[in-house]
Amino acid sequence: MAFITANWNPLGETFYRKTELYDMTWNVRDGLRESLVAAAPYGGPIALLREPHRRSPSSRPQLEIYSASGTAIASFPWKSGPVIHLGWTVCDELLCIQEDGTVLVYDLFGSFKRHFSMGQEVVQSQVLEAKVFHSPYGTGVAIVTGSSRFTLATNIDDLKLRRLPEVPGLQGKPSCWVILTQDRQTKVLLSTGPELYILDNTSCTAVCPPGLSPQTCSIVHMCVSFSYRYLALFTDTGHLWTGFSNLQEKLSEVDTKKTTAPKHMLWCRRPQSQQPSVVLMWDRLLMVVGQCHDTVQFPVEDPCVLVGEMDGVRIISSASQEMLQEVPLVCQDIFKIASMAPGALLLEAHREYEKSSQKADEYLREIKEQSMLREAVRQCVEAAGHEYDPKTQKSLLRAASFGKCFLTDFSPDSFVQTCRELRVLNAVRESSVGLPLTHVQFKQMTLQVLIDRLVYRRFYPLAIEICHYLKIPDYQGVSRVLKHWASCKVQQKDLSDEAIARAVCVKVADSPGVSYSDIAAKAYECGRTELAIKLLDFEPRSGEQVPLLLKMKRSQLALSKAVESGDTDLVYTVVSYLKNEMNRGDFFMTLRNQPVALSLYRQFCKLQEQDTLRDLYNQDDDHQELANYYVSASYREKRLDARLSVLQSAVDEYNKSKNEFAAKATEDEMRLLRFQRKLDDEKGAGLLGLSLQATMEALLALGLYKQAEQLYRDFRVPDKRYWWLKLKSLAEKEEWDELEKFSKSKKSPIGYLAFVEVCMKYNNKYEAKKYVLKVTPEQKVKAHLAISDLEGAADAAIERRNDAEIGAVLAKCPTSDQLLMEKLNRARAAITKK
Amino acid sequence: MAHSARKDSPELPDFSILKRLAKDQLIYLLEQLPGKKDLFIDADLMSPLDRIANVSTLRQHEVDKLYKVEYKPIISTSDQICFLIRPRIQTVKWICDVANTDKTAGKFRRYKIIFTPQKFYACDAVLEEQGIFGDVTTDEWPFYLLPLDEDIISLELPEFFRDNFLAGDQRWVRTISNVLHQLYSLYGPFSKVYGIGRCSKMAYDAWKQNKEGEQKADHAAIGKMVLIDRDVDYVTPLCSQVVYEGLVDDIFKIKCGCVEFGPDVTSDNKSVKVMLNSEDKVFAEIRNEHFSNVFGFLSQKARNLQTAYDKRRGMDIQQMKTFVSEELKGLKQQHRLLSLHIGASESIMKKKTKQDFQELLKTEHSLLEGFEIRKCISYIEEHISRQVSMVESLRLLCLLSITENGLLPKDYRSLKAQYLQSYGVHHLLTFANLRQLGLLVEQQPGETLTVMESKVGKLVNDKAAGKLTDAFSSLAKKSNFRALSKKLNLVPKSEEYDLRIPRDMAYIFSGAYVPLSCKLIEQVLERDGWTGLEEVIRLLNGHEFTGPGCNGVDLGVKNDAQRIILVMFLGGCTFSEISALRFLGREKGFKFIVVTTAITNSSRLLEALLDNHV
Repeated sequence: MAFITANWNPLGETFYRKTELYDMTWNVRDGLRESLVAAAPYGGPIALLREPHRRSPSSRPQLEIYSASGTAIASFPWKSGPVIHLGWTVCDELLCIQEDGTVLVYDLFGSFKRHFSMGQEVVQSQVLEAKVFHSPYGTGVAIVTGSSRFTLATNIDDLKLRRLPEVPGLQGKPSCWVILTQDRQTKVLLSTGPELYILDNTSCTAVCPPGLSPQTCSIVHMCVSFSYRYLALFTDTGHLWTGFSNLQEKLSEVDTKKTTAPKHMLWCRRPQSQQPSVVLMWDRLLMVVGQCHDTVQFPVEDPCVLVGEMDGVRIISSASQEMLQEVPLVCQDIFKIASMAPGALLLEAHREYEKSSQKADEYLREIKEQSMLREAVRQCVEAAGHEYDPKTQKSLLRAASFGKCFLTDFSPDSFVQTCRELRVLNAVRESSVGLPLTHVQFKQMTLQVLIDRLVYRRFYPLAIEICHYLKIPDYQGVSRVLKHWASCKVQQKDLSDEAIARAVCVKVADSPGVSYSDIAAKAYECGRTELAIKLLDFEPRSGEQVPLLLKMKRSQLALSKAVESGDTDLVYTVVSYLKNEMNRGDFFMTLRNQPVALSLYRQFCKLQEQDTLRDLYNQDDDHQELANYYVSASYREKRLDARLSVLQSAVDEYNKSKNEFAAKATEDEMRLLRFQRKLDDEKGAGLLGLSLQATMEALLALGLYKQAEQLYRDFRVPDKRYWWLKLKSLAEKEEWDELEKFSKSKKSPIGYLAFVEVCMKYNNKYEAKKYVLKVTPEQKVKAHLAISDLEGAADAAIERRNDAEIGAVLAKCPTSDQLLMEKLNRARAAITKK
Repeated sequence: MAHSARKDSPELPDFSILKRLAKDQLIYLLEQLPGKKDLFIDADLMSPLDRIANVSTLRQHEVDKLYKVEYKPIISTSDQICFLIRPRIQTVKWICDVANTDKTAGKFRRYKIIFTPQKFYACDAVLEEQGIFGDVTTDEWPFYLLPLDEDIISLELPEFFRDNFLAGDQRWVRTISNVLHQLYSLYGPFSKVYGIGRCSKMAYDAWKQNKEGEQKADHAAIGKMVLIDRDVDYVTPLCSQVVYEGLVDDIFKIKCGCVEFGPDVTSDNKSVKVMLNSEDKVFAEIRNEHFSNVFGFLSQKARNLQTAYDKRRGMDIQQMKTFVSEELKGLKQQHRLLSLHIGASESIMKKKTKQDFQELLKTEHSLLEGFEIRKCISYIEEHISRQVSMVESLRLLCLLSITENGLLPKDYRSLKAQYLQSYGVHHLLTFANLRQLGLLVEQQPGETLTVMESKVGKLVNDKAAGKLTDAFSSLAKKSNFRALSKKLNLVPKSEEYDLRIPRDMAYIFSGAYVPLSCKLIEQVLERDGWTGLEEVIRLLNGHEFTGPGCNGVDLGVKNDAQRIILVMFLGGCTFSEISALRFLGREKGFKFIVVTTAITNSSRLLEALLDNHV
């Protein structure tokens, strides 16, 4: 396999290699020369605007979008204003920056998404130059205008324009400039020729790179590394200065012996780079300049475009695409000619083993003697990751697997993972997919993003295969893919609603994490309301359906779905929406069909809008509730006549609802109120609002017996109640004569034991005794006991020959009263004998 | 205790984590408003909050002054105000007034409203309507569960009952499903969930939908769960409680696990607040006892205490030293508690052993048995006309109506008329509420015989009958108590019942009645579902369900946790029911954990239904 090192070029201590990625499938010929070109990093798409300077309406420039392998994705004539610059965002959107400062955003498939402007003043002064840059905050745009002013937007998704201060002495555009991000700030480094300035939000500072040879006159080209850490400056004397981008330290200075400014200049580094370099390109020459002052030169035949990656530089020409990068250390160790690194030996051992040669054992033994087998396996696995050619990958992995057999406790994780990842990478590198990612880039961009990118490019089956293959949990993997697929599917105008809904349902089924309402929302955005409704039917969570249904003005449906969901907040949302949308009548009718919503709304009205509540009952002809409403409303009325009239409405409603009882009760209440008012006016009794019972009580307490009597008759108060009332009241006032009179007025409906007890309650034994005589025989004993007349009780009990009663008296008997006890016991014995 | 627990009864899970969780969440929310602030707290959140975070904790997080929400203009000088409230429109409106007053006075303050346990859309709507939506920040404090004791957890949401059952307002359903989720994530997965009642079913369904896609394979601390709506059984909470803890609640009102004993109990001029839970060793032993046993127990205890004290005699100095340092404090503590409980019992005795209480109980028992109804009615009549107690009268009326499946039209009218005469005509609204809930209704002609009804039910096949009852239940809710009582044997044949050695759960009502709710729970657990109870379900208007408590395979694991059963009462439960469940647990070797929206009793239940406008 000696030929692996065939494309290696030594640079200082290390090697640089140029690997062919693709034969470009496009047909652009000289297109690259006179076009505006933008190619995104991480194997992103390429955009071409052909002949951007043609302006006549008859021949418009053509905008073409290709995958990294040159497969055409989209192509359309450019109808907007003249374009100054093209660039890609981190999420594969194309930015077209026009002369007038308008930035148009297109998606990967060339459909227009939105636009924004870089400021009003730009329309006048025009954009001279523009750059698109990426930072941790997202994708940014920087422009320099005809009035030599810079404007920045650090994140186009959260557009905030910053106009930078003026640069002293700058006329037109600077000779060259770059964007730096440092200390969480975005700055512009520019050269006006002899002077170098750093421009930030507030100031413009002249700077001088340390150690730049004094003979230089002017800086004509500059570039920063992928990570914004390193800076390279090219002077008109052909010197290349490299150093840190904070301009604190110089790395090297190389004389390229070229006096024309290069067309492209890019850093070519990789993580843990041994020999970082800068790639410069002139019309016919590509030069790699290392820090060791060494250079590698390649002739260039076609016009090329350079794309900086985190671990190298991609060179795109009309015919092919190549990757220029420093050979990773581990690959150098293994493949360097006559390398004795453990990995190299292991590879050799495996090769011999394949040939069934016993040399395999010798090599292996050599590694084992140095106890480097573990290291050897690691090297092979790692190197496989860095190789682009599947054959090389395979031979390395086989060697690793071979070596692994001789290790007892080697964790296979890294091996398995590398195998899996390489398989995925090889799949996406396919020319038809066209994502030439290196393993390092893949690690940096993460699998999630890779899947997203595939989804953006509509490689749904591949994405799903990858998810399955790498065993990504469904809600992170397959579901996300399906969601995108479905959103894309609903936009297909040539299919019927029915067909799409069925297709979506079959594919998506009930994958976790795919929301049918999101898909439906997408369909609605595309103006397919019917489809959206069909799709919503598949949504199991009714709560999710509601907002969209409201948006689509299917309010009735929304309401019933909201009720179904059992989420009252959702019901409220719909109800309050309907309240504003509909006229009152329709609104009430709608509610009427939804009891749950209705009762919720009633609750709300009870606290917030009493009048609405009345209208609601009115609408429903709910006389019973309406009447109840009036009753409770009557308590809010301060004035009596108002109160009476509200109560009259209640009576009417009760009558309508055939609730005679309540109507009668309310009428009584009105009568009572009038009566109370009259007495209040006459005697100042303070009765208004009391219950009938309380009124009578108050009247009796005031000694207004006649009036109390009147109420008793008028309101048909039961005799028992009235007697109890009067009895208590008189006893309380200790009007014993009046009480006696009352007791004799007719036969007591509550008996006379009550009289005894009440008298005793007020400790009037004398009065109590009067009533003991009137008590019925059954209650005699109790009555005597109540006034603690044991003798009497005993006599009564014995007379009645009641065993239980005798027992009751006995229980009360104090032990000292032997005589009585004996008497009782005797009587008891007599009864039991019988 | 007269009956010892089975030795193999499982350990209860640790619920203190709920408190810690709530506390941490609250602190986090308070820290969201940095700097000194005044805190306004909803009156009924005061005691629950006190259990979670005391004043010094609040102070640590820069709460300056604490106020109670009183619906009056505020007098706070702080420029930051935080409100900690239940999501009630009335309170939000008051906050709007406060903010608007400040606005007109040109005062600038920062307001933050913390809703607990969650915010409702209506609250936002009010804020918006009053034009201060932009001036306040709102947050939710998901404080759902407050452990009151080792086996009682309360949501402290008394309004749940009225909102859900009377107003038909289902917004608390989501709260319940969140509660289920919290319990599930901390103590699940449950092996099985049973339930009955509309709200239970809705909450369970909502929760199941929510937890879709979530897997949980942790060690389960709770085996099964039973959900039950309060409207399944109104009889039990309407009965007078005669178990010690229930009695204390009826008479002294236990609030958030804490009771205030007045001077008549402490035989002192001061009132004293006592925490009633299993940490109080004296209380722990008498809480589940029928009241008639309590005195005997307490005097026995007093004697034991005396002996413990008496040990002092004849000790040498060293022994005395250990006695003082180790035992004396415990004895003193017990002594204090004992004297309190004796005081309370005396006070209860004074009130409850009077003639009329006995008669009241007798009436209740006849109602439950369906015996001498006319006599009961005249007792109730007298109760009303003598104005003994507004709520008590109402309670008896309801009990009469439920047990008799409605009142005869004549009685219905006359009793109502008398009640209105006694307590005012605004109770028309109260009656309307009671009718809506089916607590106090008029018998429809032809419905007098529940026996007839059940016969008809047998003729029609079950499914059709189910549908029919569904349709009818919306028109008039019927209690079918008599039929249920017969089916489940709720009223034991009257014979001597030794309350010292309870035979069944009926002991909590002096042996007269087995609480329906607890009987249902027993049956469901015994039968592992509702099979065999079809008739009962039909009489209860359905809405029963049995479901797995976790996704996927049934956990067939037999471990101790499987005998820990969580019972959730939606709409409140009484202490008597808890006592009955504890008894059941001891008999069957289960441990019950009761989760309830609030602790209730007859007066709380009925007071929630009054329409007080005066």
